[in-house]
Amino acid sequence: MLLECSDLSVSYGKIAAVRGVSLQIAEGQIVTIVGPNGAGKSTLLSALMGLLPCSGPVAYFGRARKPAPSTEALVRLGLGLIPENRELFAPMSIDDNLRLGAFDRWRAGARDMEASLAEVFALFPRLEERRAQPAGTLSGGERQMLAIGRALMGRPKLLMLDEPSLGLAPLIVRDIFEIIKSLRARGVSVLLIEQNARAAINISDYGYVMEAGEFVLQGSAAELANNAKVIETYLGVSSAAKAES
Amino acid sequence: MRRLLPFAALGLACVAAALLLLPYYLTILTYIGLAAIVSLGLVLLTGQGGLSSFGQAAYVGLGAYLSAVISTSLHWPPLATLPVVLLVSIVSSYVGAVITVGLSGHYLSLATIAFGLSAYFLFGGLPFAGGQTGLSDLPRLSVAGFEFRTPQASFILVWCILIVAMVVLSNLLDSRVGRAIRALKDGATMAESMGIDTRGSKLQIFVVACVLASLSGWLYAHFQRFVNPSPFSLAQGIEYLFMAVVGGAASLWGALVGAGLVTFLKQWLQGFLPSLIGSGGNFETAVFGIIIIVMFQLAPDGLIPAVRRLTGRAGIRPRAVADAPPLSTRPRAPRGEVVLSVRQARKSFGGLVANRDVSLDLRAGEILALIGPNGAGKSTFFNLVSGTLDADEGHFEFKGSSIRGLGSRAISRLGLNRTFQHVRLLPDMSVLENVAIGAHRRGKAGLFSALLRLDRTEEALLLAQAKHEVERIGLGDQLWTEAGALALGQQRALEIARALAADPQVLLLDEPAAGLRHGEKQQLAALLRKLRDEGIAILLVEHDMDFVMRLADRVVVMQFGTKIAEGQPEEVQKDPHVLEAYLGAAQ
Amino acid sequence: MNSFVASYLIQEGITNGAIYCLLAVAILLVFSVTRIIFIPQGEFVSYAALTYAALREGKLPGTVGFTLALVSVMVGARLLRGIAEGNLRHSLLEALKSALLPLLVAVVVFASAPYVLPAAVDALLAIALVTANGPLIYAIVYQPLAKSSTLVLLIVSMALHLVLVEFGLFFFGPGGARTEPLLDLSFSIGSLPVPAQSLAIYLAAAVLILGLFLFSERTLYGKALRAAAINPLGARLMGVSSTMAGSVAFAASAFIGAVCGVLVSSVTTIYYDTGFVLGLKGFVAAVIGGFVSYPLAALGALAVGLMESFSAFYASQYKETIVFTLIIPVLLWRSMRRRGTPEEDH
Repeated sequence: MLLECSDLSVSYGKIAAVRGVSLQIAEGQIVTIVGPNGAGKSTLLSALMGLLPCSGPVAYFGRARKPAPSTEALVRLGLGLIPENRELFAPMSIDDNLRLGAFDRWRAGARDMEASLAEVFALFPRLEERRAQPAGTLSGGERQMLAIGRALMGRPKLLMLDEPSLGLAPLIVRDIFEIIKSLRARGVSVLLIEQNARAAINISDYGYVMEAGEFVLQGSAAELANNAKVIETYLGVSSAAKAES
Repeated sequence: MRRLLPFAALGLACVAAALLLLPYYLTILTYIGLAAIVSLGLVLLTGQGGLSSFGQAAYVGLGAYLSAVISTSLHWPPLATLPVVLLVSIVSSYVGAVITVGLSGHYLSLATIAFGLSAYFLFGGLPFAGGQTGLSDLPRLSVAGFEFRTPQASFILVWCILIVAMVVLSNLLDSRVGRAIRALKDGATMAESMGIDTRGSKLQIFVVACVLASLSGWLYAHFQRFVNPSPFSLAQGIEYLFMAVVGGAASLWGALVGAGLVTFLKQWLQGFLPSLIGSGGNFETAVFGIIIIVMFQLAPDGLIPAVRRLTGRAGIRPRAVADAPPLSTRPRAPRGEVVLSVRQARKSFGGLVANRDVSLDLRAGEILALIGPNGAGKSTFFNLVSGTLDADEGHFEFKGSSIRGLGSRAISRLGLNRTFQHVRLLPDMSVLENVAIGAHRRGKAGLFSALLRLDRTEEALLLAQAKHEVERIGLGDQLWTEAGALALGQQRALEIARALAADPQVLLLDEPAAGLRHGEKQQLAALLRKLRDEGIAILLVEHDMDFVMRLADRVVVMQFGTKIAEGQPEEVQKDPHVLEAYLGAAQ
Repeated sequence: MNSFVASYLIQEGITNGAIYCLLAVAILLVFSVTRIIFIPQGEFVSYAALTYAALREGKLPGTVGFTLALVSVMVGARLLRGIAEGNLRHSLLEALKSALLPLLVAVVVFASAPYVLPAAVDALLAIALVTANGPLIYAIVYQPLAKSSTLVLLIVSMALHLVLVEFGLFFFGPGGARTEPLLDLSFSIGSLPVPAQSLAIYLAAAVLILGLFLFSERTLYGKALRAAAINPLGARLMGVSSTMAGSVAFAASAFIGAVCGVLVSSVTTIYYDTGFVLGLKGFVAAVIGGFVSYPLAALGALAVGLMESFSAFYASQYKETIVFTLIIPVLLWRSMRRRGTPEEDH
């Protein structure tokens, strides 16, 4: 297991935003968590990334770790997170953004850095064309590409993505999902959070449904895609689409 | 009257202390009282209003020097200088506040540091103020022939003034004006949306705090009988602020505890440290600084909250809320009439166009849902309508008159009232008082009637109205619970109650169902239907399709900042553009 | 006022302005990386000047004792926290790692204090010792407050200022110190004599600012620091720890303050509390730069220096009042420019 937690809770002051959640991600898997806004999905990711204190043990890469590792330590272990608003370094160039993605691997030397850069540019040729441009001038889709590229520079074993399709045009969303799907071939497993439930479930192996801080449903992607409640609630208007087609 | 019991007890304790304690201790207690008067102002300013001032020592100095100069050079009796001191401090603090009150966050604190420094150097530099040596042989205070000569007399005088100040400030906090002040801490957005003049509230607490400081300075000058610049330095300003914070800046008693603690500690350290590390220096200042640092590391809210948590005495004491007739409401527009009309609204942030020519009409007695993928510009539109953001272009009309550029305060006073996507309640305040903030517009009582408690009739009406709204959302048994202790769903409902307390014509709800459980959503839907039937127009932004499609009369769909569809829920669900927007690439 | 007096005042103003400029740069650096408004920046100036003066006289500087005190407090606090959090071994290791370098510097200074060394060596030792204190102060005072608001950090900075001034008195005594200039030369431009020390100050200001620029633009470490300032969360997700960034920023701030101290000690007599007022003027300059703009802060520093030397000529008893009142209109102007930032949109 790359990541395993049981009965994990996260509270903001007196309010519990995540309640008793259990989650497993195996190597080579793409796992999705779907659910409405405010269900606690982002909070869960933040806690898993060591950004928020949580109760309940989390085992990373097959080992329970005490005390809970810091975010920096988790990055070193091979965990990556792309948050909802990407958190790019807007005034810095694309090149600098990508290089900072490999900050933790500076010991590996300049040659390794150039090799990683070449790989990312092969994946996103558009970034290479604009490598000197400040990240803040990119379009939404390019930003997401940069965020993924930057995360890949650190060569993570498990990458967590929070709403990667947020605010992107449909055509680009398709590209982004293709890329996420291709990560598996590069040896990167994925934990995905999405509003676009259908697209997310389509590329996943396993999924969880989160509501009001709890997992109310889980199962293989196929099970979820055919579950009546999921269709009704999360695939939203698509029930109407189904009736039509 | 129960409210006044602790103050009465304090007064009795003072009388006992004056009779029993040695003059040495009474003198220390007098200093504590003087410091507490200043830090009381800071509790109001910092603890309640969220504005930090390092410059209060300068206002103490202003009071002291002004009275010293007048009474020595013009030979006025001290009592005659008091009106001058108060007038000058009101005028100067008002002017100072008008200039600096627009400063946000730490900019304001920096300004007070600069002000404190300037004033300190000024006290030492003015030719008629005696330079660093200062002025001595000031007259003692005397009132109607009675001279405050003994330590007992000074002690009683200072503490009487302190107790009166505490009573008056506690009156203030327990009022409409006080709630507005307490709302400042959350930033201007929420308060302004409730119709609160945040700038005015800031001015009020600034002036009150400075008047208290210069009153303390005036007392100090004629008690000590000489003045020089050193007690009014920046270091002293830090100390006053610390007194307010160490006890727990949220409570008036914190000022007393803080002043007592700091003064005693300094006295003790002054006696103790020289024997430890040799004389020659103010090492108590160093120790004191270390204590400040350690305290912020260990108990960032101050001592009173820490002790309360330890002893399990946290929470608000419930009080009875008298029934009162409902407040008068505005006439509602007849059902079906357009109350809000938006044409060609446009807003961009930098290069990103968040709203591009969005138009819609909202009618009295209907629920209009605004839906669309994340980032479609729904919240921006919402903020344009409620005046939280200014539109770049477009026409916004409420009942036929333009509301564009009015600002959120004026718009909310007209009867467009909103809730926030990220709940914005005052977590330490009771449920009832949070809702009463919504009714702010419907009261009139000002600062003076609040200070002197002449606002009770109106206050009873406001609280009764607030109670009614709390009961309406089903939280009637939690009137005095801290809002921060409620579950998220209840907090969202509370935001609606707060908006209802304003007597809305248009209710703007930003994702009211987010994070709610199924049952809670049904209750919310029932409440919203009821409000619609009362003739309120409801515009809501929502993600939960199921909830929206069952509830809304009409739906507007947005994507990439533009409106892509509008119509009845059934129509919209079949619209190919909508399907495209929602299903994206994966259909 | 004749032109000679005017050019003398200008020269003095620029010299002071260069010092304020360096201090402003240090204050900006610390604020941009950590959000800490580091009021005690000037204390590093006093400490370094007094350390350098003591070394010149072959005496043991009080800074050695101060550093040892800081190291023991840091180790003690880390151990206590380690016990409380149940990871004693980890904390001990971390504490010793951070203690190593300061201890080493302190020992070297201790050993070399009795000997008469060249002025440049003494200057380097003084700078090294004071620089080592920067990260220690960060670790002891600010690291536990990493999540606090800017306001709390500001109050704590004010408290720390009180502490450091009194410690300065304790460790160095009330006497002032003035040293021989590193270069005892004088040039003249026209009829105006320009001491070499003033030129050294201009040069140091230029070199340090250029060095900082190259560090932050050309090295991965520097970029990481900049990234931590631009977007702390993004930086953490890249493995750039905010603690590391804070330590580096404080080391840089102490280093800059120390350089100022060594330079300025030959221009004016430095007492344990002189640094504070110098630092505050650097601070006024930083505010003029809105806590973000280095070039504006540099201009502001020059303006403060010039205004100070001219107001000292015209109205010497109000010179401080004038300089500190200047900050309020600047704050207003700054605050006005900050308005109108968009709110989050989901």
